[in-house]
Amino acid sequence: MHAHLYTRLRWKIILLTMLVTFTPLFLLGIIMYRQFAGLYTEKVREQIQVRATAQAEALDLFLKERTAILGTIAETHAFQTIVVEENLARKLAVINLWAGAFVDLGVIDATGQQLAYVGPYDLRGRNYGEQPWFAEVMSKGVYISDVYPGFRKVPHFIIAIRRHESQRTWILRATIDSEIFGRIVQGAMIGKTGDAFLVNEEGVVQTRPRFGAGILAKAPVNVASFGKQATSFEEMSADARNLLVAGTWLKNKNWLLAITVDIDNELAGLFATRTIQIVIIAAGVFAIVLTTVFTTRLMVGQLLRSETRVKEMNAQLMQSDKLAALGKMAAGVAHEINNPLAVILQKTGWIQDLLDEDDLKGSANYQEFRASVAKIEEHVERARKVVHNMLGYARRMEPRMEDVRINETINQTIDILENYARTNSIDIQTDLAEDMPVIGGDQAQVQQVILNLVTNAIDAIGKEGTVTVRSRFAKDGIRVTVADTGPGIPENLQRMIFDPFYTTKSAGKGTGLGLWISYNIIEKMGGEISVKSQVGQGTEFIIHLPIVAPRMK
Amino acid sequence: MQNANILVVDDEGDFRETLMNRLRRRNIAAVGCGSGEEALRLFQEGNRFDVVVLDIKMPGGMDGIATLRQIKAIHPGADVILLTGHASLETSLEGMQEGACDYLLKPIKLEDLLEKLASVLDRKGTAAHRAQSEEIRKMLAKR
Repeated sequence: MHAHLYTRLRWKIILLTMLVTFTPLFLLGIIMYRQFAGLYTEKVREQIQVRATAQAEALDLFLKERTAILGTIAETHAFQTIVVEENLARKLAVINLWAGAFVDLGVIDATGQQLAYVGPYDLRGRNYGEQPWFAEVMSKGVYISDVYPGFRKVPHFIIAIRRHESQRTWILRATIDSEIFGRIVQGAMIGKTGDAFLVNEEGVVQTRPRFGAGILAKAPVNVASFGKQATSFEEMSADARNLLVAGTWLKNKNWLLAITVDIDNELAGLFATRTIQIVIIAAGVFAIVLTTVFTTRLMVGQLLRSETRVKEMNAQLMQSDKLAALGKMAAGVAHEINNPLAVILQKTGWIQDLLDEDDLKGSANYQEFRASVAKIEEHVERARKVVHNMLGYARRMEPRMEDVRINETINQTIDILENYARTNSIDIQTDLAEDMPVIGGDQAQVQQVILNLVTNAIDAIGKEGTVTVRSRFAKDGIRVTVADTGPGIPENLQRMIFDPFYTTKSAGKGTGLGLWISYNIIEKMGGEISVKSQVGQGTEFIIHLPIVAPRMK
Repeated sequence: MQNANILVVDDEGDFRETLMNRLRRRNIAAVGCGSGEEALRLFQEGNRFDVVVLDIKMPGGMDGIATLRQIKAIHPGADVILLTGHASLETSLEGMQEGACDYLLKPIKLEDLLEKLASVLDRKGTAAHRAQSEEIRKMLAKR
């Protein structure tokens, strides 16, 4: 029928529902995630930015303190005092006691010659005149070196202070413990995957990083991308890890404190949230799809059923309209036929009367006349019967109201037809429900209908077969079915079988009125009669009668 | 022998005349007319009939029922047998209430009419009528 229309309707509803539910769901999900991710990332950035700033301040303070200590010693001691190694050693002990991180101290004259040295290394008598830092400190007064291997090939850095004393210029130089300094830098590391290290202006790593090539190697970050002034942030990728990098230039030295964190690690909470969100959305989508498909199916199914029902009702209505019109017409025609039949019957009677006269009795064709007139009378009688049958059911305009015990009626009817069926080797079986209610109706008319249907069934089978009559108590009435094992009725003929004068029986055997009369009887009782038939499998007539309370006696 | 006197009222001439001929042939005096008005005129002129065979469905102003009423008004003793088709069956039942004594479904067989006739004559009760009815029954038995 319109199955494809309903399929389309179903898809339209499903898609539309999904569109209007998924769109806000996805939008909400995406917007919330982006918002949350933005805030979260911002928080992480802020955290490492704060850490970088704080740690840079600590490093600055460290350098400033060490520089101040050396400056104070240089300014408060005369060359003659400080050049004595015994004194120098006491100073080293004192400052290491109070401040720490000094590895050694050395006094160098204006030519770069080390005049005094206390420390773990054998550096006495070295000349630093050619070292690049020497020229720097001579010109600037204070110098903090980059980390360099130096003579000892151990990475370290030095702080050097120049002192002008009346005619003499000398330098106090100290090596700073890279380990202690490095620990302060490492204090800026965040989590297990975070890193922190110092980088000089040339991009050389100054302290031991947790990952990467190590000290004095090329830094994994580009120092040029950090602003000179404040802390700046860049995201970048190194050895396939997503890193978030923060950097702050120190104030006392052109070193950049770089802090990196593993984004994936740091944002694990965010990703967990995202996973939960995706799971919730997926569950929602699943539930929506399921519900939509289910309810749409239900709804469209309901629609389809109601349309089928309406179609059936329309078909029934059309059928009853058609039959009513045909009935009216047939009744009119029948009536008009009655008058000529009346005349013909009288005329034949008259001819018969006249044939009785003696002079005619002797005529040669007397017997022929007699026979012909008898035939005419016979056929008028046949026509009269047709009209009578057709109009007969209408004679009683209101069906009588009496108790109808349907099973009894069926059994009585079958008794009448038993012989007829047996001569054709046809078995009439009954399957009658025991709980059939007594209904109100016209017993004779109901019997006529069953008689018609069973007779038709027997005639349809012809020879050898089974007719089954069933009665059932349905919830809104009673149902009687008459099924046969005959050849069945082709579908295109099924809508004609209730028409008056429609017959498949040979001429003279059936009037074509049986089903039509049956139809009218059942309809007048407020019931329905329908046919189900499949060619080659048989035919079933279904009568549905409403339960009308029998008249109280 | 003076036989029963019948008036046949039917607008269908062929039917009426043939029926009359057949009745006459059986020694039943029959008079015919084609409308209710004519039938009424016959009564008004003082004619009396033992039995009136009256078609219910007739064209013109007066149908069978109206004619029946008028006849009954003039001559309450008139016995009327109605002729009816299926369509006018309800009307014939009404006619019975109006005083018709019987009805016949068209197309009629003469034998059926004679049967009814005999019953009507019997009911009239006079010796002459009973004799007529006897005559008719004998005739029917012969066939």
